[in-house]
Parts: sequence; C-alpha cells; structure tokens
Amino acid sequence: MANQLNEQGKAKTSFWNDPAVRSVIFQILAVGAVVAFFLYIINNALTNMEARGITTGFAFLNDTAGFGIIQTLVPFDETYTYGRTFIVGLLNTVLVSFLGIILATVLGFIIGIARLSKNWLIAKLATVYIEIFRNIPLLLQIFFWYFAVLRALPSPRESMNLGDSIFFNVRGLYMPEPIAEDGFGVVWIAIFAAIAIIIGMVKYEKKRQLTTGKTFPLFFPSLGILLGLPLIVFFISGSPMHLEYPELKGFNFQNGMTIIPELMALLLALTIYTAAFIAEVVRSGIEAVPHGQSEAANALGLTNGQRLRLIIIPQAMRVIIPPLTNQYLNLTKNSSLATAIGYPDLVSVFAGTTLNQTGQAVEIIFMTMGVYLTLSLTTSALMNWYNKRIALIER
Amino acid sequence: MKKQLVSAVAALGLVAVSTASLAATLDDVKKKGFVQCGVSTGLPGFSNPDDKGNWTGLDVDVCRAVAAATLGDASKVKYIPLNAKERFTALQSGEVDMLSRNTTWTLTRDGSLGLNFAGVNYYDGQGFMVSKELGVKSAKELDGAAVCIQAGTTTELNLADYFRELGMKYQPVVFDTSDQTVQGFEAGRCDVLTSDQSQLYALRIKLSKPDSAMVLPEVISKEPLGPVVRQGDDQWFNIVKWSMFALVTAEELGVTTSNVDQMKSSTNPNVQRLLGTEAGQGKNLGLDDTWAYNIVKQVGNYGEMFERNVGSGSALGISRGLNALWTKGGLQYAPPIR
Repeated sequence: MANQLNEQGKAKTSFWNDPAVRSVIFQILAVGAVVAFFLYIINNALTNMEARGITTGFAFLNDTAGFGIIQTLVPFDETYTYGRTFIVGLLNTVLVSFLGIILATVLGFIIGIARLSKNWLIAKLATVYIEIFRNIPLLLQIFFWYFAVLRALPSPRESMNLGDSIFFNVRGLYMPEPIAEDGFGVVWIAIFAAIAIIIGMVKYEKKRQLTTGKTFPLFFPSLGILLGLPLIVFFISGSPMHLEYPELKGFNFQNGMTIIPELMALLLALTIYTAAFIAEVVRSGIEAVPHGQSEAANALGLTNGQRLRLIIIPQAMRVIIPPLTNQYLNLTKNSSLATAIGYPDLVSVFAGTTLNQTGQAVEIIFMTMGVYLTLSLTTSALMNWYNKRIALIER
Repeated sequence: MKKQLVSAVAALGLVAVSTASLAATLDDVKKKGFVQCGVSTGLPGFSNPDDKGNWTGLDVDVCRAVAAATLGDASKVKYIPLNAKERFTALQSGEVDMLSRNTTWTLTRDGSLGLNFAGVNYYDGQGFMVSKELGVKSAKELDGAAVCIQAGTTTELNLADYFRELGMKYQPVVFDTSDQTVQGFEAGRCDVLTSDQSQLYALRIKLSKPDSAMVLPEVISKEPLGPVVRQGDDQWFNIVKWSMFALVTAEELGVTTSNVDQMKSSTNPNVQRLLGTEAGQGKNLGLDDTWAYNIVKQVGNYGEMFERNVGSGSALGISRGLNALWTKGGLQYAPPIR
C-alpha cells in the first residue's frame, strides 16, 4: 500500500517537489551549515591566537612539568612531563569517583531501605539524613568536612595511635603498607582459583535447584573459600609479604600507606551527599513494586529475605537503575570540586597548575572536557548494559 | 525556527566582534570612560578591598596611575578580582585592559602567552613562613615538610627546584586562593606556607595570631612583579610602561602629591618635561601633556605609593630594600622622560 502510494507520488511530482528528496536536501544543508559554522569558529580562534602571539598546539605535553603533586597513583616527580600530569590527575579523578560511587551506593541503599522501615525511629532518622544532606550545597559540605574536621584533628606529634601501626592526624591516615616479596604470585593464583570455584558453585546450585527444588546456603561457604584458600596458600608458601610501618621522621610520618585528608574529606562529602539522593531513588524503586507482589511471595511461603532478594529487589531495580545512573554521573562530575580543597584531581592538577604554567587554556580545557565526557559516557554505557540485562523480558 | 536563525546570526556576530578587538586599547578605554584592571582576590598591601569596598594597594595604585594618565581621573578604574589561574586568560580574552596583580615576569609568560610585561613595580623573592612552635630556623631544615602553596604560581616551580637541589622531600598541598592557603596553614595541614616574601608578610597579618608565625630568612628565587598588557598594542604597552616610569621619575625629582603644583613653576627642565610645563611629551604616548602631572597629583610618586601601601605607613612595614631608587642602592630606575 505504502509502496504504491510512493510510486504514484514519484510519477506525479518532479524531482524538486518530491518531499523525500527535499527533506534529504534540507538535512544536508543543515548539517553543512553547522559544520561550516564550527570550522569558522575554530579557524577564527586559531587565527586570532596566532595574531596575538599565543602559542597553540599539543607540543607542551612533552615539556618537563617541574612541579610536585601530593598524591600520585603512578610514578611521578618534578622531572616528568605535562603529559604525565594529565595521567596523574585523571587517575586521581577516577579513584575518587570510583570509591565514591561504591560507598554512596552502599550507604544510599541502607538509608533508602531504612526510610521504609516499620521502626519509627529508624525511618525518621533516615528522613532527617536525606533532608539535611541533599539540601545543603555540596561545596559547603566539602569545606565543612575539610576545614572543620581538619581543625579538630591532632598534629603529627600527637597523632591518634592504634597499636603503633595506624596513625591518624591532621596530615592524614597512615597505615602499614603490605609489600609483596618473591613468590607472592601464588597467592594471587589462589585468589583467582577461589573466585572460579565460587562461580562454579553458584552455577551448580542453580541447576540443582531447578531440577530438584532443593536449596543450599551459598553465602558462608563462598566467604570461607574466598578467605580460606588464599590464606592457606599464603602460609604454606612461607608468608611472602611483609608490612612496612609508618614512622614519625622529622615533620611527618614517612613510609607506609597514606590517605591524605583531602581525599578523605572529598570522598566523605561526595558519598554523604550522593547517598541522600540514591536513598530516595531506592525508596521510590521499592515503593513502585505493587504490594500484591509481596502478598504473593508471602502466600508462596518465601522467607522475608527471599522475598526481598527474589521478588522485590529485581523488580525495583528496573525503576532504580536509570536515575541511579544519573547520580553516578553527577558524582563523577562533582568530584571536580576537589580543586577547592586542594585534592589533586584532573581539574586541580591539569586544568589548574598545568594550564597556568603553560598558558594553553584552549587545549587543556578541551582535553579536560573530553575526559569528563568519556568518563560519563562509559559509566552510562555500563549502566545501560546492566539495565538491559535486568529489564523485564516479556513472554 | 526564526528564533534559532536569529541566535545563530548573533553568535556569528560575536565571533566577528572578537576578531576586531585587537584594536587600540586606549580608544577603548576612552570610549568606556574607565580602565578595566585585573587585581588579586585580596592581598593586603597590593590589592585589597577595604570595608567600604574601595580597593587599595601598590598594584591598585598602578591601575590608578594609568587611569590618571589616560582619563585624567585616577578613580575611573573598574577592578576585576582574579585568582592566579584566571588572570592570563582574562587578559588574553580582553576581559581586562591590564593586569596589575603581583605577577612574576618570566620568559615563558612573556614569550608564549601573547602578553607583555610593562615593568616591575615590586622586586620580590620567594620565602617560607613557619609556625614558631616548629622551632625551625632555616629553610634547609625543612626536609619532609608539608608545604601549602597557591595554585598556578611560579612559587610551585621554585619550591620544587629548591627541594630537589638540596635533595629534600616535601608534600605540596595546593590551594586555589591565598585565603584558602592561609586557612590550610592555620589548620595545621602543612608545616610551611611558601609564597613571595611580600605576600608572606601580608598573609601573616591575616592569621588569627600573627605572632605565632615567622618568616624564614631564605629567599629562594627572583620574583619581579609588575603589570601586564596584551601583546600587539604597542601604544597601550607604552602608556602602562611610562606611567610606571613617571612614578619613579617623580620620586627621583622629589615631586610629591603635595608639592606638585608648586613644582610646576620649577626651573628644572626635567621637572618641566615631567609635569608638562614644557610641552610635547604627552603626544608621543597619545596623551595630554598633563598625563604625568595627573598621576603625581592623584596617586603620588613611587615612594609615597610604597610607604602608604606596604612600607612604614602600613601594617606590613616592609623596608624599601631592592625597591629603593637606584640612587639609594635599590633597583627602581626609570629611563629619562624626554
């Protein structure tokens, strides 16, 4: 029918009056205009910067940086290049975003479920938490955790001390650092073996339940294998690891692992702030599951835990995932507020110090925007994939 | 659709305007009726707003001198507070006509940013401030110290160089503004605060207990601070440069705010040329012959400016040192105005 109409249309109208041809032409024109506009702007910017004697291009990435950074996940000192400062900043941003997302999810789920609790006190406490933390600007919360809490902590010489191995003071949290010796690889193999065994167990249990209907508790045996197997291998192979303890030398603690207060404050603020939003997302998700589902589960004789795990949460997740993705993206982007308290993230190190030392604002801001765009698109791609997996499959 | 078209045309227009903004800054300033001057976000002695919102300081006085020279009125300045990271972009993009914001003159900045440094209004050097409790007497004892710094300054680089040269370790704690840097230092986040020496004195009086901190004797770098203008507008560059020279020349000739009117009848030809009683000096800069008279009358000479803002007449109490006139063992020297 449609074909027929089309053919008739073609027969009657001339080429220029064909609506299909016209729409294609106009779309090409529109795209062409947009491309031309951007080319013009870019060209204009380049010409003007050259006319004003401003250096352009990405050659600066190979120049020596010459400044220090307090927290680096990859080797870095003053002799490395500006390109390396980009990597250092990027990794610090990824670190705080990744940890923040995990912690905020855990805390958010707990608070969200607590808000639905039948216990009056717990439910009200959760409500108060949510209303306070999601209504105070994040920057203020970051300042609060940083400056207010920082001032309450003792100086390095009067550190809080736990068994002479963990120290907590205004300069950060100092912990012993595990240093792997030769032969530690065996322990890694044991860890992977334990994970493989657990995956096998879960698959077998599912199959057995489908065929026989019998269930088998999985949680504690899995935990036992995950911890037990590597530990046994560790001791059999003669403990190939030692701890390096932090010690007070001069002004500060040296050696060991350090968590700088900037990271703690930022992580704390991001977690607490985002968790308040995630809690609401979780609550709305759970409330979206019709009450009949719980009643049906009860009628089938499922326990409370089974009801939540097998009936409620899987259905709630479908409502939760899309807004949860938003919160993850927000958290990642909000991590750029780090620059206010001196946490060396991408904005502080690269779009801050590096930009100022080289003066190449356009290139650096362009790269920084590219990073946040990539991080956000990656996060939402992962979440979309997960969302598809758990989406309702209609039969 | 029509609306979209209009906004697209408007955007194109903006781009076209920015192409033309290389034009003479002097004409721009005269048309606007004020000088747009980039200053710090608050640094006592250099550029700091008082409780009524009036900006004062050594850097502010340079802006005022330029306004007096070009517009005949030192108060015709609009101050734009900028942090260290924003300053060059603001100047490059034309948001400010000049930058007078304790900015160190370096080769990279002069050569690659499309900017020109128009002289030095304060010869500085980087130093360290520590809490007295620490018991440190020299910067060489600072191995392993945590150091608070302001982001985007030459200080960050000098610090790295200094510790590397002496083979010492340090932890840089980098803040956005000098206020935050002070807060971090007060909270005990770092042992040392490093900055230009003049700033250390200025920041010290911002501490809740200024006496609890001391400035170490070491000066680890050269920090010539001065006003900056865009490259490619030589007329404006000359005006800013010679406004500074006029300040120094006035001090050299003993012309002050209070005696400038009497000095107009001076028989010294140097004074006559400076104050415009002998005609002809202004037109080389595209200004009136009274340009320097206006500067001295409304702002004062360099010495008055110094004492009022950072010297004996201020809370900072910094001695002239390198900033004395060349005739008194300092570095302040002006080419002849003729």
